[in-house]
Amino acid sequence: MVSGLINENPTVYERKERRVRTDSSNNDEYSVEPIDQLEIFDILLLQLHHIRDIRDPEHPYSLEQLKVLTEDSVEVDDGKSYVRVTFTPTVEHCSMATIIGLSVRVKLMRSLPSRYKIDIRVAPGSHATEAALNKQLNDKERVAAALENPNLVEMVDECLSPSFE
Amino acid sequence: MAALNNLTEHLEAFVDVTRSPTHHAESLKAIATSLEKGVLSINQLVVEMDMYLTTTDDVVRARGILLLAEMLDYLKSKPLDNAVVHSLVGFFTAKLAEWRSVRGALSGCLALIKRKGVAGVVTAVDAEAVAKSMAQSIQVQSLALYDRKLCFELLECLLEQYPEAMINLGDLMVYATCEAIDGEKDPPCLMIAFHVVELLARLFPSPSGPVASEASDLFEFISCYFPLHYTHTKGDEASIPREDLSRGLSLAISSTPFFEPYAIPLLLEKLSSSLPVAKVDSLKCLKDCAVNYGVSRMKKHYKYLWPALKDALYASTKTDLSFGLESLTSPGFGMGEIHREAVNLLQRLVKQDISFLGLVVEDIRVNMVFDTISRYSRYEEMLDTSKLEVLVVSQILSVSARSSVESCNIIFETFFSRLMNTLGIVEKTSTGDLVHNEISTVSTRLYHGGLHLCIELLTTSKDLIPSSEECTSTPESAQQSWCSIVSRFSASLIEAFTSAVQSSNDDCSADAYLGVKGLLAMGMFRGGSSPVSRSEFEKILTTLTSIITANSAKTVKWELALKALVCMGSFIDRYSESEKAMSYMAIVVENLVSLVRSSHCSLPHPMILEATSEVCSTRPTYVEKMVEGFEEAFCSSFSDFCVNGNFKSIENCSQLLECVTNKLLPRLTEIDGLEKSLVHFAISMWNQIESSVVFSYDFNGREFVEAAMKTMGEIVGVASVDSQNSIIQKAYNVISSSTLPAMESIPLTVAALEGLQRDLSTRDELILSLFASVIIGASPKASIPDVKSLVHLFLVSFLKGYIRAAQALGSMINKLGTGSGGTNISTDCSLEEACDIIFHESDSSKTICGSETFLGKICLGFCGSLDHQTRAITGLAWIGKGLLMRGDKRVNEIALVLMECLKSTNSSGNALHPSTMKHAADAFLTLMSDSEVCLNRKFHAVIRPLYKQRFFSITVPILESLIVNSQTPLSRTMLHVALAHVVSNVPVTVILDNTKKLLPVILEGLSVLSVDSVHKETLFSLLLVLSGTLTDIKGQQSVSDNAHRIIECLVKLTSYPHLMVVRETAIQCLATLLELPHGRIYPFRREVLQAVTKALDDPKRRVREEAIKCRQAWTSISSRSTPF
Repeated sequence: MVSGLINENPTVYERKERRVRTDSSNNDEYSVEPIDQLEIFDILLLQLHHIRDIRDPEHPYSLEQLKVLTEDSVEVDDGKSYVRVTFTPTVEHCSMATIIGLSVRVKLMRSLPSRYKIDIRVAPGSHATEAALNKQLNDKERVAAALENPNLVEMVDECLSPSFE
Repeated sequence: MAALNNLTEHLEAFVDVTRSPTHHAESLKAIATSLEKGVLSINQLVVEMDMYLTTTDDVVRARGILLLAEMLDYLKSKPLDNAVVHSLVGFFTAKLAEWRSVRGALSGCLALIKRKGVAGVVTAVDAEAVAKSMAQSIQVQSLALYDRKLCFELLECLLEQYPEAMINLGDLMVYATCEAIDGEKDPPCLMIAFHVVELLARLFPSPSGPVASEASDLFEFISCYFPLHYTHTKGDEASIPREDLSRGLSLAISSTPFFEPYAIPLLLEKLSSSLPVAKVDSLKCLKDCAVNYGVSRMKKHYKYLWPALKDALYASTKTDLSFGLESLTSPGFGMGEIHREAVNLLQRLVKQDISFLGLVVEDIRVNMVFDTISRYSRYEEMLDTSKLEVLVVSQILSVSARSSVESCNIIFETFFSRLMNTLGIVEKTSTGDLVHNEISTVSTRLYHGGLHLCIELLTTSKDLIPSSEECTSTPESAQQSWCSIVSRFSASLIEAFTSAVQSSNDDCSADAYLGVKGLLAMGMFRGGSSPVSRSEFEKILTTLTSIITANSAKTVKWELALKALVCMGSFIDRYSESEKAMSYMAIVVENLVSLVRSSHCSLPHPMILEATSEVCSTRPTYVEKMVEGFEEAFCSSFSDFCVNGNFKSIENCSQLLECVTNKLLPRLTEIDGLEKSLVHFAISMWNQIESSVVFSYDFNGREFVEAAMKTMGEIVGVASVDSQNSIIQKAYNVISSSTLPAMESIPLTVAALEGLQRDLSTRDELILSLFASVIIGASPKASIPDVKSLVHLFLVSFLKGYIRAAQALGSMINKLGTGSGGTNISTDCSLEEACDIIFHESDSSKTICGSETFLGKICLGFCGSLDHQTRAITGLAWIGKGLLMRGDKRVNEIALVLMECLKSTNSSGNALHPSTMKHAADAFLTLMSDSEVCLNRKFHAVIRPLYKQRFFSITVPILESLIVNSQTPLSRTMLHVALAHVVSNVPVTVILDNTKKLLPVILEGLSVLSVDSVHKETLFSLLLVLSGTLTDIKGQQSVSDNAHRIIECLVKLTSYPHLMVVRETAIQCLATLLELPHGRIYPFRREVLQAVTKALDDPKRRVREEAIKCRQAWTSISSRSTPF
């Protein structure tokens, strides 16, 4: 385990005003509401919000406040069953980036219909081993292997377990 | 003696630290009671305790001293001998030096010092000794939390109760306090510590006193807490909230002017921090300081304070000014906490010292704003920085102006004319004419920024006009010069605002908004010294009214003008301005009411009605006027329709009635005298109908009849019994003069009903419906004439298909007195007699209400057509509801008839029509659900408690057995529908008591009802019943027993295509089931996960969200390693 903080003093951003879903008074029982950007963002944020690249209870910031994930970093096409999430680790050599990426993937795998293809990426230029990381996160075999590692699964599950804040 | 024996026992118990705390508390209580009763004196106690107080065993001694201290705390209000108190306080004071027994010593001192107002208080000399001993021998910060708190409390008490003694001690107290606070971290202790500092400051106000000389040290100790920040926020609910502590700190910092050289620079520094909390706290604290330090000390800091304050205002203002309806009476932009505090501080500073205003007036940024204003004409064209300038400067100027009359005068003198120049608004000469510039074409320039600034100034200044009673007390000489400035410009200002409104078009609401807001500001000056003359005020009203009357569509402008008028109306009412009320009445109210009366105007009718009702509800006199107008309008439109067949008029009528129901009736309690006017209105409705004998045109105006019924029913519902009686009488007269009484003579035979082919005439139908509404709304105490023939009339008419008549009959049955000794003496017919008429048997004179009755036979299809059958069923349901609610047994027979209709064949073997069965099933909904239209509290229904439960226990067993024996699928479905209606309308506790029995049949019902989309609403309410049983502890056992069936059923419902809420609830229920024992549900995980995974792709978002949660929960049980 790494001792000490990876990023001792993260920059905290003000939480952006959440886009409120305009309830389009959709009374039609049979109309379809496609999966959209905000919905994916909600899926990720509602349960992921205590993944931190810091394990210090003094800095209880959410991924949103650290701008690791933003609404704009989610691209989704319901028709083509495709989603891409781009996240930005707070520091270039953040070793938690794989765990965050893996958690995002697992969360989406569990929450989206099986028809979806999920693509997880690190924002260009935000990480030292960007290419390797992207490859690792999108390699089916490696993800499957990772999820067979009980230690890793435990870490991911810890990140995904509902928080009681 | 016994008391003493016990005493030793109790003492032993308390001293023994190995015993439990409850034990300790008990013995403490026992000794305290004997002391209180006087069985034991404090002297005796001390003598008895001798050994415990002086022993060399430290633990026992400490406990002994604590015991004595606790006793004294109990005896706080019991008179004691002065000598005793003296010796005790001496004892405790001495013990303060002994660290092992310090808790007892502290509590003892505190208990004694707290004594006041009873015999035996500590003398000042003793108190001094306590303080000295404490200061010299106690190291507060080395003690435990509780002891530290005691120390601070003791200090606080000493300072509060023995100020003279403490003054004698001088420096020592200040030192002791400094030492005690240094390093303290617990909120409860700090709270007291801050108060101690405050008390010290109050005690030593002299500049040569110890606080003055030690100010820098003392301040250092308290300032290190600023701004307060809690590191541990959770799990400490009992602790002191941050706000309170921060307030305490602020009071401590501002407690003495000697802190000023240290405090203000610190606060200014913290104000410049980027932490919002620091900013808010510094602003609050600065305000306290400004109040307490005094003008002369604050003055030194003005040149730093003003820029800091300005920066805070700039940083906390958002530039999105709203031009919406809701911000007409508010500043129009969001105010954060920082902003609010900054504004408060500014106001305080200006109010306290007018010279601070000098800084504001000379500020370059403030003066620059006039250039900014004239650079842009439209608000949305402005750059964000310019918007910010305008908003902040308006805020600064208006807040400064609000502070005092003097500051207002200065602001207006300095800026107002300049602003007017920029806007091109000209002054009025002494003769009252407008001064025209040489170039008369120079018109006013409507710069939005300038208008905003101007409105802000006007709005704030209006609060400075003294109300009429204050006005007499203030001398005229102090009259406000700002007033005269405004009055010089008032005429042109009004003109400018008017032109702003008029020039506005639909796509730009800013013009209209600013114009209307400006007019509103001008119209809200109070009292006789208002700078706006009466004629000008009237001009404002005229302008606003003309906006309302001239627009033919509901634009933003229209709504703004209406809201402004309503504001002005309630303002006039609040300050009881009689002169203005007269103008308002003449210009606004009468104008609008006359528009309501005349049916020919460009404005759509609903808009006139809305405007009139809004405007007139501001004052009771206007309401009276309006209802009169409505009455007249109704009568004229109605007769216009009857005579000329004008369909437009009848539409107006129904809109008018809707307006009465929706706008006026809900406000009945707020407006005095409205009830009387409305009753009058109802009676004139009847008069009008009575006088229009012939309807020359048939009208298909269902809408009008509905509206009239609703209004009539509600008016009767809210009216007093006397008024009800007069309306009923009037209505009865109308009905007797119509052709309706002819129907009363029709015998109740099928042949006669068949013979009555012709429908009622339009007029009769209207009269019948209205009369039914009157009966529905009447209270049980009202007297209804000629009940017997009315019962007959309603009976015949509901068989003709008038459901309202069935409802009226149900209401009547519900409210009639029972027999001769009933609640109501005035009616001539008892419940028994009415029932006789309704349920008379077809051939014999015996009265029962089962299937042998005439109605029963029609229901079951023995006679009459299908139409008659369904009508009879519906009617029977309403009658049954009336009986059921009053707790009458006859409803059982009715229920039996209805259930008979649900079987596939009647007793003579004829198949029942599906529509009959459907009506019968729906009848159970009528019986059980709460109706909006009749038989509810609003309409004075007689409601016996637990009536639903009773019906439930009667019908459910029968329905269940019928379901088991049902012969056709249709009958089975219909029986389930009926059962679902009963089950879902009964209180959930009843269901929970019978879960075991009900669960299987509910599950069956769910699967039967899910076949056809027609039953989707029923299905949903039944599903809600099921979900209610899942969560409750009472139902858990049977839920657990039936888990497999429940899961099977819910899994099926997760893909129910016809109603989203059904799917959503089913998934939620599945998630709830996880509370069952693990072994019970584990076998189903695969099935559930499959269903929920499919639901992840549901077309509706809410279902998907639930599915994600549910899936997560179920996944976690399947991967859990230990099963239980």
